[in-house]
Amino acid sequence: MREIHVDQVAETVARLVQEANFKLEDDVVGAINRAMNLEEAPVGQAILLQIQDNYTLAGTERVPMCQDTGVALVFLELGQEVHLTGGDLTDAINRGVAKGYTEGYLRMSMLNDPIKRVNTKNNTPAMVYIDVVPGDQLKVKVDCKGGGSENMSQLKMLPPSAGWEGAKRFIVEAVANAGPNACPPLIVGVGIGGNFDKSALLAKKSLLRHVGDPNPDPEWEAREQELLAEINKLGVGPMGLGGTVTALAVHVEVMGCHITALPVAVNIECHSHRHKEAVL
Amino acid sequence: MAKVYLTTPITDAQVREIKAGDEVYITGTIYTARDAAHRRMVEELAAGKPLPIDAQGAVIYYVGPTPPKPGQVIGSAGPTTSYRMDKYTPDMLKQGVKAVIGKGYRGDEVKSGFVQYGAVYLVSTGGAGALLAKTIEAAEVVAYEDLGAEAVRRLTVKEFPTVCIHDATGGDQYFAGQSQWVKPDAMVKPKKPEAGE
Repeated sequence: MREIHVDQVAETVARLVQEANFKLEDDVVGAINRAMNLEEAPVGQAILLQIQDNYTLAGTERVPMCQDTGVALVFLELGQEVHLTGGDLTDAINRGVAKGYTEGYLRMSMLNDPIKRVNTKNNTPAMVYIDVVPGDQLKVKVDCKGGGSENMSQLKMLPPSAGWEGAKRFIVEAVANAGPNACPPLIVGVGIGGNFDKSALLAKKSLLRHVGDPNPDPEWEAREQELLAEINKLGVGPMGLGGTVTALAVHVEVMGCHITALPVAVNIECHSHRHKEAVL
Repeated sequence: MAKVYLTTPITDAQVREIKAGDEVYITGTIYTARDAAHRRMVEELAAGKPLPIDAQGAVIYYVGPTPPKPGQVIGSAGPTTSYRMDKYTPDMLKQGVKAVIGKGYRGDEVKSGFVQYGAVYLVSTGGAGALLAKTIEAAEVVAYEDLGAEAVRRLTVKEFPTVCIHDATGGDQYFAGQSQWVKPDAMVKPKKPEAGE
């Protein structure tokens, strides 16, 4: 049994939320560079150039690339041989978020209650996701997710008769409906199957994949490409001003489901896809 | 698609010259306000109180900046999604606001409002908060300090870059731009502006 003190988790989270907001990861940079070659609209190219200038500036000056420094999503892959010591894990994660957002001059965007709406002034609560996996390591993945793209996400319990064509239509319509609101070019996370909540979780977790990495199942990889092609036919383009690159990638994750069910969840991510990970 | 350089406050005549698709660069004073500040302003108007800003010819920017680092006048400051302000925008236009800056689609009532009150909807690049902050030369909180990032700030800007989406004659650049690039076999077509707008 390997021991890891929860303070180490807190420190890691504090560092990752800042790094994620200041410096765009190479996979996203690569996807935007590819988009520069694919985008045919002059206005779309101009927007992509601004996006590149922006993340370069943010990285150099160590300032947030976007003022919406996001909800802190913290995904832990906890090795089952690890013993966490020193107190409550969730508290430690929230301590890390509070520290990172305060020290990094990030924006405090979280409220205490969806109706009372009082700012907690330290960007907590974090959204915490824990998977127990084999091994004696703890992997910490952070995604600082903006509100604009999250608000454009959708979930639908389709009837099985809708099939792939119905699922495809729902996904493409969700992206069309999001349009400029979600800050395209987008990364479109899709979860199909499971149940009501698992489909949403699959969609969210698909965003953790490196941008453009395919689903390991060739059949689903082909469907991802089909969705990307359909989405890029919409003409929405960078920031919705018209163009040929509406999405940088579509990631689909699937899971078995009940005979009555075809849950489909679409979790939309903006071009400022701020993610970072570390292994303890 | 012209380039238009404006200095605030904006007059009716200047608004009429802006066409959907124009690049509009703003110099002067703009006020920040987003969800919570709009709600409070509109509630105060309803209670017969004056607005905390001089609305005549004013420009409102939907933004909640990050806190400034030592030595900065403001943190990152890109636009937030505008539809959340739709409920409040007609009231603000009625008070004399001539331009609002955000990103994303607007509701039909707001689009009609731009025509009715002679105002424009401008957008800047979402997610380009570090870059856009470079055009901001001064920032001070003028109301609702308790709202933190959502407080109303007076910004002094130099050639703040925007694109006009809705002009005062019903032009719709999202529709025009997307219509140019949508493929004939796309599953969804760009949403047509309603007749009469």
